[in-house]
Amino acid sequence: MLFAVRTPGHAFLWFVLFSLLDVAPIQAQNVAPPGATVKLGIVSFLTGPAAAPFGIPGRNGAEIMIETMNAGKVPTPFNKVGFGGSTIDAKYIDETGSTANVVTEFRNLVQRDQVDAVVGYVSSGSCLAVTPVAEELKALTVFYDCGTPRIFEEKPRAYVFRVSPHATMDNVAAARYLLAKKSDITSYSGLNQNYAWGQDSWRDFAAAMEVLAPKMAVDKVLFPKLFAGEYGAEISTLLTSKSQVLHTSFYDGDLEAFIYQEQARALDKRMTILSTTGETAIWRLRDKMPNGTIIGARGTNGPLAPDSELNRWFQKIYSDRYGIPPTYPAYQMAMSLLGLKLAYEKAKTGEAKPTTDEVAAAFKGIEFEGPSGSVKLAIGDGHQGISQTAYGTYRFNKEKNEPEIVDVVRFPAECVNPPAGLKADDWIKDGMKGAKC
Amino acid sequence: MVWSDRIAAGSAFLAAVIAGFVLPDWMISLATIAFANGLVVLGLIVMWRAGLVSFGQALYYCMGGYAVALIGRWGGVTDALLLVLLGGLSAAGVAFVVGFLLARYREIFFAMLSLALSMILYGLLVKTESLGSTDGLNVTAPTFLGYAPHQEELLVALYFLVLVVCATAALLISAYFRSLAGALAIPVRDNELRVEFMGMSVSRLIHTKLVISGLLAGTGGALVALAIGHVDPNMSYWTTSGEFVFITILAGAGSVGAAFIGSLAFESVRSFAFTMLPQLWQMLLGSVLLLTILFLPQGLGSLIQRLHWGRKAKAP
Repeated sequence: MLFAVRTPGHAFLWFVLFSLLDVAPIQAQNVAPPGATVKLGIVSFLTGPAAAPFGIPGRNGAEIMIETMNAGKVPTPFNKVGFGGSTIDAKYIDETGSTANVVTEFRNLVQRDQVDAVVGYVSSGSCLAVTPVAEELKALTVFYDCGTPRIFEEKPRAYVFRVSPHATMDNVAAARYLLAKKSDITSYSGLNQNYAWGQDSWRDFAAAMEVLAPKMAVDKVLFPKLFAGEYGAEISTLLTSKSQVLHTSFYDGDLEAFIYQEQARALDKRMTILSTTGETAIWRLRDKMPNGTIIGARGTNGPLAPDSELNRWFQKIYSDRYGIPPTYPAYQMAMSLLGLKLAYEKAKTGEAKPTTDEVAAAFKGIEFEGPSGSVKLAIGDGHQGISQTAYGTYRFNKEKNEPEIVDVVRFPAECVNPPAGLKADDWIKDGMKGAKC
Repeated sequence: MVWSDRIAAGSAFLAAVIAGFVLPDWMISLATIAFANGLVVLGLIVMWRAGLVSFGQALYYCMGGYAVALIGRWGGVTDALLLVLLGGLSAAGVAFVVGFLLARYREIFFAMLSLALSMILYGLLVKTESLGSTDGLNVTAPTFLGYAPHQEELLVALYFLVLVVCATAALLISAYFRSLAGALAIPVRDNELRVEFMGMSVSRLIHTKLVISGLLAGTGGALVALAIGHVDPNMSYWTTSGEFVFITILAGAGSVGAAFIGSLAFESVRSFAFTMLPQLWQMLLGSVLLLTILFLPQGLGSLIQRLHWGRKAKAP
């Protein structure tokens, strides 16, 4: 009756319908093993633009780690079955949707599904929104990929942990690498997505450069729209610039689109591209990624990971299963799960399941070696991990027909992370005092 | 309103109140958000009846949410009722101002212009790094007339606040639908010229509807901000508006109650889809909408009306 004859346009209905029908590629679903005792909620982007570069590698990292943990096949000292002998039952949830949605699903995991811990979240927005709820519900939560330092800076947290280092070190190390390797530069430009990640990355990088090389000029500062996909105007602007370096925190589709488009116009012949998250794209871009690009991996992950038994093992099981080497989100997930496993096993004294408070107490300040080297929950009152990081220069090895990162420089954790109790922004602005390089 | 409707509405409210005491926390939290979103849908229905589809309700929704977050943060106001009122009023204020422009447009032009306005707010918020850009900011925990609950009590208190606000809104809006201005919605949709000849100002009628729907959307946004404890610019993104239009189609514009039933159904289906098909949940949600359009073209709300007609046919 009310929709009759003059509906306000059927086109809308189809419009809404198709935008919601946006279907993601089908992935094999994980089947939880029977007789499971420790329940984990794994939250990551399974659909949408952030799924391919971060969400799916993270999910896959969780799947393969949980499978091998349950089989007791992780090398020592992680060789106990599951978490301290109890097998893990994982539930995978999509992070896509509004903040209200993310928080509702978090509550569902904790209160409806009664999970023992939640591991996940790629978007810093999700992490910031989930943190107060996790604290309120006293639910043990480990963030694996989100980078904002705000989580432990705004308030001390009791139940929220992040093994992966926050984003500050990515850009501080990028500035240090750049200045160590290219002494002849006089100015630099930036191309970052216009949203929190891009803005924060650029702010940290520019502030670190200001401290380390005060005479260096900033030329073009560009903030195109997130997922714009077309960078003709930006490339034209950059071609008129005399800067020798271009800082970018682009990832996935945006990074690939930009690289393809700039190569046609030889921007990379004029200025070196410094890509703080470039590692996620090298296996897809291969010889399309310009040689000489400075590559970061948000810590010592992927090809920048130290050569160790644990790392070789992780590379092998992951590549065998998914046909592509693990990128940094997979490493971050593996590290987060291993940290949680150690904390759980440290808290478990008898046969009984440890309480959340016991696991949280054991988690605090934990230090261990994983596939991406050693990590220590040293800042944020023992809730935030710091680790060494590394940058390198990209080269496509034609003989071996595979990408490689050469000229790697490693930076100790204390060199690129703020000391405990200091806000990351303030630490950089005040001249990065106390950095031990 | 006929007696049977009053009884139905009363018992639905009573059932919702009782549910607050018996249901598990996660369901209460889901229902809180669903009912708060139902207010936004109710606002859409107000305009839908006049033949207008707004693809920019997110503007008012986001205004309400950010007003709560900022007034709480800078003004130190923590009283939930006051915050919700301020959130709703600030959105209504915005609706009043943009209404001078919007009330002149119809159909796709109205839809696209409203969408554009909400995207302007989105753009502004993304540019504002001091408000956390796309990461948004936390909302401080509210108090209720000096009572500061925590955990489960806070959840239940917010649920009751949402129920009270929704019930008040539902009563007022159904009274509005029965008033002259409300009843003129359908004539406005069918033939504006005739309404003008009757001596009524169509643009004033539509302007009033815009302010009402802005107030409702702002109140909804304010309640969601309190329930979630976080606001971000995505509240103003066009997909958020699209979701409200989706729920309106699902619910149907037939009655006031449909807005809340539709919103609850939508949240439940989505949550169910998330659990069942973590990587294909959009498929399930899309199929539900497709089936609704095919078999219930007037939405879930039309089921209630069908029951009515069935009864009337039996006892003339």
